[in-house]
Amino acid sequence: MSAPVKVFVPRDSAAVSVGADEVALAVADEAKKRGAAVAIVRNGSRGALWLEPMLEVETQNGRIAYGPVDAGDVGSLFDASLLQGGDHPLRLGAPERLPYLANQERLLFARCGLADPLDLDAYAAGGGLAGLRRALTASPADIVAEVKASGLRGRGGAGFPAGIKWETALKASADRKFVCCNADEGDSGTFADRMLMEGDPFTLIEGLTIAARAIGAEEGYIYIRSEYPDAVSTMRQAVRVWESAGLNRPGAAGSEKLFRLHVRMGAGAYICGEESSMLESLEGKRGEVRAKPPIPAISGLFGKPTIVNNVLTLASVPWIMAQGAAAYAKYGVGRSTGTQAFQLAGDIARGGLVEKAFGVTLRELVEDFGGGTRSGRPLKAVMVGGPLGAYLSPKELDVKMDYESLAAAGGMLGHGGLVVFNDTVDMARQARFAMEFCAIESCGKCTPCRVGAVRGMETMDRIIAGEDVAANLALLDDLCELMTDGSLCAMGGLTPMPVQSAITRFPEDFRPRTRSES
Amino acid sequence: MDRTKAHPAARAICLRHGDRPDALIEILHDVQTEMGHVSDGALAAVADALNLSKAEVTGVVSFYHDFTRAPRKELVLQLCRAEACQAVGAQALFEWAEARFKSADGVEVKAVYCLGNCALGPAVMVGNRVYGRMTEEKLTRLAAQAAVTEGASG
Repeated sequence: MSAPVKVFVPRDSAAVSVGADEVALAVADEAKKRGAAVAIVRNGSRGALWLEPMLEVETQNGRIAYGPVDAGDVGSLFDASLLQGGDHPLRLGAPERLPYLANQERLLFARCGLADPLDLDAYAAGGGLAGLRRALTASPADIVAEVKASGLRGRGGAGFPAGIKWETALKASADRKFVCCNADEGDSGTFADRMLMEGDPFTLIEGLTIAARAIGAEEGYIYIRSEYPDAVSTMRQAVRVWESAGLNRPGAAGSEKLFRLHVRMGAGAYICGEESSMLESLEGKRGEVRAKPPIPAISGLFGKPTIVNNVLTLASVPWIMAQGAAAYAKYGVGRSTGTQAFQLAGDIARGGLVEKAFGVTLRELVEDFGGGTRSGRPLKAVMVGGPLGAYLSPKELDVKMDYESLAAAGGMLGHGGLVVFNDTVDMARQARFAMEFCAIESCGKCTPCRVGAVRGMETMDRIIAGEDVAANLALLDDLCELMTDGSLCAMGGLTPMPVQSAITRFPEDFRPRTRSES
Repeated sequence: MDRTKAHPAARAICLRHGDRPDALIEILHDVQTEMGHVSDGALAAVADALNLSKAEVTGVVSFYHDFTRAPRKELVLQLCRAEACQAVGAQALFEWAEARFKSADGVEVKAVYCLGNCALGPAVMVGNRVYGRMTEEKLTRLAAQAAVTEGASG
């Protein structure tokens, strides 16, 4: 009997959300019915999410993709010689040649979607572990120097240079140090951390292991939000595989020191994506933000030197160690080096993950990759950088997507999420929602955020109801200034950004309205 | 008085986590999953086991949206109402669902803010599974199916 044909059906939760599990079951049933030998591999997603569930078959001529596949299509796919890569209306051809994927620059997500995420051999065959191998022969100071030279900046939103953080923690002397991964990806419009954890978890573990060696930490935590149960489960399994393979020894050669990695689940609090709030949560407390200084690199988890980095920051490190800082710094523009995993979301025809070097324009992402709106309606606004980012107008689509250009345009990159809205959106309601969200999720520690958000919501209600609009807009402006300047962290400090960007760019939505309009 | 004896199940969960106060959130997750909510008895037992005050544990329970002091309905429909889903009609779907299931026994419609399925919204979560491109029709069907498996009536 011939070897079973490999059929790949993603286990990524976005793919599952549109029926990937049912497709996998249907493929198994149909193969059994027809006596065909099939080995189903549940891979990660390649990130062309509008094509999910995207099924792939391994043929003599490479992989052939089909999508989006419904369980009801599986019979006709087998009729069309699916296992030989036969022709069918859903046939997409070689996945790596799909323009959406071929036009990306994938360093971080190079392996995502290729294999079973828990297959360590496939991980190594795909270039994994090369960075760790190099790190094990380098001194902690050399690792830090390499990360510094790469120009890698924090992908969680703040954009702080990772190497400088690491250097501070390396130089701090303490009996214990920690490395923590912030996987509390709460910004609407973002899902890159989730995709990587579900699709290529070893990259993150490798990055954490290198970080542990760089600062001399023996313990690490991955803090994942509870809205991501699949990511939690995949990461926990991946840590066990990693440890069974004896890869949790980041010390010098021959050292018996173990690096112990814990996967912790959040409990539904957006604020725990703020690093000091996350540390409080890891200590088992209310996720209230801490006043800084001291910074976590000096006094973090349990008061010990701690580096806190986002998933994508840490997962970039293996590539940097393997290929070198100079190779990494060739990507990007100015002080924004490397690539960014942009996430195309909302009313977008081709939503998904696009990894490109910094400097790509918003237009290339939204129009060339994204194909405009899914609804076919005219585009009205793009929220860039999550609920604490700015709403940009269609006139601003030529802005370059890097830290500095976006800041100059009055926005911010955040975690790289882009949410597309069509012309039916009411920007006054979006501004109100920004305040409402802050009121719901504020940790309550500082007054500008705790009280300001509620007052902001009430003021927006009056504006929407047409009450004394000019005076209330002036009041709102005052309030925004106070929240920006007086809040303890970015939650209260940046909530004014979506509010004020909406007012500035879409003033027509904030003019006095008649009762029937509100 | 040793209140932990009054609640052996909560006591066992704490032991499983080594009675470590830093594991409080993990412990509360287990209590919530196994018992459906954090009761007064469980809360007191956890506080005793971890050598924390009841006020401290109450503070943590009330801070996080995942923990509840009263049992949830049998079927919880978690509808995303964050921006990416709003852009594809989540607010209308949420309002519709609230009205549709208002009088349904055993069904709770809960707003959540981002399920990480932002390219395939509106997103809904039932149990541990996310469903994408949700519509009123699909949600009605989903609730009916879940009601069969979870014993709730929609």
